[in-house]
Amino acid sequence: MAAEEDDFERPLRELEKRIEELSGVPGGDDRADEIERLDRRLQALRQEVYAHLTPWQRALVERHPKRPYTLDYVNLLFSDFVEIHGDRKYADDPAIVAGLATYKGTPIAVVGHQKGRDTREKVRRNFGMPRPEGYRKAVRVMELAEKFQRPLFTFVDTPGAYPGKGAEERGQAEAIAVSLRTMARLTIPIVVTVTGEGGSGGALAIAVGDRVLMLEHAVYSVISPEGCAAILWSDQGKAKEAARAMRITAPDLRELEIIDAIVPEPPGGAQADHTRQAAILDDHLMAALEELRSVLPVERVEARYQKFRRMGTFGQAKFF
Amino acid sequence: MEIAWFKKIRKPKQPVEHKRIQVPEGLWVKCNGCKEIIYKKEVLRNANVCPKCNYHFRISARERLSALFDDARYQEVDTDIYSVDSLKFRDVKSYRDRLREYREKTGLNDAIINARGTIGGLQVMMAVMEYGFMGGSMGSAVGEKVTRAIERALDERIPLVIICCSGGARMQEGVLSLMQMAKISAALGKLHEARVPYISILTDPTTGGVTASFAMLGDLNIAEPKALIGFAGPRVIEQTIREKLPEEFQRSEFLVEHGMLDFIVERREMRDILIRCLKFLMNAEALAAFAPTSAAPSSTAGSDLVPGAAASGSENVASSQPGRTREPLPFPSPLVARNKITSSPEVS
Ligand SMILES: [Zn+2]
Repeated sequence: MAAEEDDFERPLRELEKRIEELSGVPGGDDRADEIERLDRRLQALRQEVYAHLTPWQRALVERHPKRPYTLDYVNLLFSDFVEIHGDRKYADDPAIVAGLATYKGTPIAVVGHQKGRDTREKVRRNFGMPRPEGYRKAVRVMELAEKFQRPLFTFVDTPGAYPGKGAEERGQAEAIAVSLRTMARLTIPIVVTVTGEGGSGGALAIAVGDRVLMLEHAVYSVISPEGCAAILWSDQGKAKEAARAMRITAPDLRELEIIDAIVPEPPGGAQADHTRQAAILDDHLMAALEELRSVLPVERVEARYQKFRRMGTFGQAKFF
Repeated sequence: MEIAWFKKIRKPKQPVEHKRIQVPEGLWVKCNGCKEIIYKKEVLRNANVCPKCNYHFRISARERLSALFDDARYQEVDTDIYSVDSLKFRDVKSYRDRLREYREKTGLNDAIINARGTIGGLQVMMAVMEYGFMGGSMGSAVGEKVTRAIERALDERIPLVIICCSGGARMQEGVLSLMQMAKISAALGKLHEARVPYISILTDPTTGGVTASFAMLGDLNIAEPKALIGFAGPRVIEQTIREKLPEEFQRSEFLVEHGMLDFIVERREMRDILIRCLKFLMNAEALAAFAPTSAAPSSTAGSDLVPGAAASGSENVASSQPGRTREPLPFPSPLVARNKITSSPEVS
């Protein structure tokens, strides 16, 4: 049962395999009909499976090796990309990419977490877990955008900031805190998209925006389900329960008024069709940017303040 | 609605239990530093610091307030903010039950106390975290109170001191607790621009989302000796890098060595050092020069840019007499009213 919840794509893979096998051998109209029939079933099944993902399954989808990453979106959505490296203090962190680009004729800045596709690249990108240099590079590009009054797009997809020795020595906490404070006070339009894993402070550090969009199957949480399970249940195996309890899915976050809009994913998720996903996201980004540009900078920054100021739920009463 | 808190001078009329949370009962205590058994009165007389090895015992938020404010007198504010279990969170125990237990145990609404008073004759807004309440973890109530402390300091143009003591974000509030980091950092951004001083005092332990937001954003970030300070906890790091960390890793002295803290202060000297630093940081001329109105007169566009918020927000009112203490704003202001507030307490 547990395995079934983990491997929810198995029936899809089995169907795909049968279609592939049938396509490989010569045959008549019957076989063509059969393939078409199976193909329709595959599509229906994929829609069905993805329409009913559990919170834990969404957490797994986010780690799918074929998910589009920041540079994929940059290639599909922007032109004239010029990548900017380094924090001018210590190093360049490949787990965060940043740079200048053009979006529908407008010069913009872009910052995002970056994961690797193959093993070597994964290691080089540190699985999308930034070190302090990454956040300091991000802040540098944000301030560049502020200086020249260009809109900023960020893409969020990280398991979290890297919990390593060097990262601590060089002030991981300070780097994140400064990024939060900086984003909150920028006067330029900021559109944030949570494309995959929104892992804790390491994600939030580049996610303080005027509009926060979230892909349909993305997750966003204070700690990974495994981490939460290990601490509160003293059992990593309770990750599924933790995923449910923490309310990490896009619909949950919309309901809690943490995000502004859910960006639909194509059947089978963003990983099934990068181009299609980028096109859907494009509409949302354009709409958000147009809306934000019609507002005065001082109003925008105060509205952003109020947006985050409202977050959280508490009561007011005297007990003592 | 909140009562007029500023009319109510708080004399610590708290249940006596508070004093007993941190130091074990009995005449003698065992020191966590040198492991010696020490006469408790001697430790108490020494600001809860071991006279033999200088180990700083963990003390309660109230003890800190009394130790720092002039004549141990202060007005407690924002006392009515409390946490709610909005996610209906349940691990091995329900969050609701946990909250009730900690309220009973500590006599506090949540893991923080906001108070104002004078230090060396200077008006100061202070927020002090209470480790005894769920490990000082930060949920929406703590986030709201820290934000209000910042906004009060901003409104009144008085320095802010926050004493951090926390394991980080409160997981039982999921992403809502994460967002407190952004909310607080945004408020500190305003404070920073207005040049209102902020001193962050880090005590053992300060980790996770608290470190990665307000603890590291002070004009001065100072710490007590040997406090554990970091983003990730040592256990998580050890699991990640698969090696044992040295004893001194992530301690105050280690952070100073790596350039991450301004200095370390012994508890007995904290008050004097604060007075000295505030004398430098609190500059009425600088405050007046950077008061928002001097740039945007409230009579024109400034006042109605953001309906509701600007009407009683910091900009207009504070600017009327920049650099001077004025009557504090009655809370909740419109911006607070827009928070989701449950009307009735769920705990008896
Ligand atoms: Zn000792």
